[in-house]
Amino acid sequence: MSAHASTQPTDVKTTWGGGTSPFGISYGKMMMWFFLMSDAFTFSGLLTAYGFMRHKYHDVWPVAGDVFTHFPFYNGHIELAYVAFMTFILIASSVTMVLAVEAGHRMDKKGVIIWMFFTIIGGAIFVGSQAWEWYHFIHGTEHGAVREFIKDGVWVKEVFHGANLRVNEYGHPLFADFFFFITGFHGFHVFSGVCINIIIFIGVINGTYHKRGHYEMVEKTGLYWHFVDLVWVFVFTFFYLL
Amino acid sequence: MERDDIYEYSLDTHHGEEEGKKVRKKIYQVLGILSAITIFEVGMGMKFSRVVSMQETLKYLFIALTLVKAAYIVLVFMHLGDERKNLRWIVLATYLVLIGYLLFICLTEAVYAGEHRAWDPVVEAFKSIVGGGSAHH
Repeated sequence: MSAHASTQPTDVKTTWGGGTSPFGISYGKMMMWFFLMSDAFTFSGLLTAYGFMRHKYHDVWPVAGDVFTHFPFYNGHIELAYVAFMTFILIASSVTMVLAVEAGHRMDKKGVIIWMFFTIIGGAIFVGSQAWEWYHFIHGTEHGAVREFIKDGVWVKEVFHGANLRVNEYGHPLFADFFFFITGFHGFHVFSGVCINIIIFIGVINGTYHKRGHYEMVEKTGLYWHFVDLVWVFVFTFFYLL
Repeated sequence: MERDDIYEYSLDTHHGEEEGKKVRKKIYQVLGILSAITIFEVGMGMKFSRVVSMQETLKYLFIALTLVKAAYIVLVFMHLGDERKNLRWIVLATYLVLIGYLLFICLTEAVYAGEHRAWDPVVEAFKSIVGGGSAHH
């Protein structure tokens, strides 16, 4: 916040002299930043690998608009509508989280409880939506696609539907491999984020952090939660938009 | 022995009602910006994703908008913009240099690998699948 450490004067000579926190943050928050950086490298590595294969097989890469067209309770096709909804849910839950952090700065226990509750709900909706997306990607379309392969020494034609780690109705199977791996990895991050949020939520209700005199624990979980949202912004662009 | 070099928590993490109002206003502003960008992106994607001549433009537009969104999340929601300069740059510079390098190397090599791809009937067969769904819309 604006009343944060940056407004304190930083004296270069004494900053690193010991007896003070050179970065102006607590140990826990700094370690959270370092953890998030290592996690960011992991996700970047995965997305870069995806980018490599996508450039290599650019002419046989599925068009995202063909793959993600389903919308709940609607039989037609709307491209990208559901994933836009998912993105909005995650951004909204990020906002409720930052509002919980803000309430914590005012020592407003009731505010923290309310906003963290909405954050957890948003996270749960997102994980459920992702499961739904996977379901439709795995089951594919009614018409499917044809593949040819050699069985017992003769070429056989077979109609197949959807995608898994071996085949992909919409194009190169590597798209499906990366999709399952990266959105799966991200989805698991969201799932753990929801679990961590629930643990902290219980702590807030019990008054643990109020007694401690500060809600920094909420801030640290908040950092993780925003990071999950940050990763999704990139996944959304590279898997769905481009 | 009690250590005096570990801060239990950040200083200045509390603020009053007045300050809180300003902070909340900023948060809602950022929510508006992020939602607007996402809606704009999806709209552009729906309208132009199959227009071949637009694809290069769309690609760079989407990447630029994604970076704008990422900057808002990191600097405002994660408060990195309010942290001390040294922490801010240790996080940002390290990440940007390493990943910038990785991306440069991998994407350069990927284009080369794509141009020199060995002919493979299995891969060629995927060409008939790609874009197949659009015929049914």
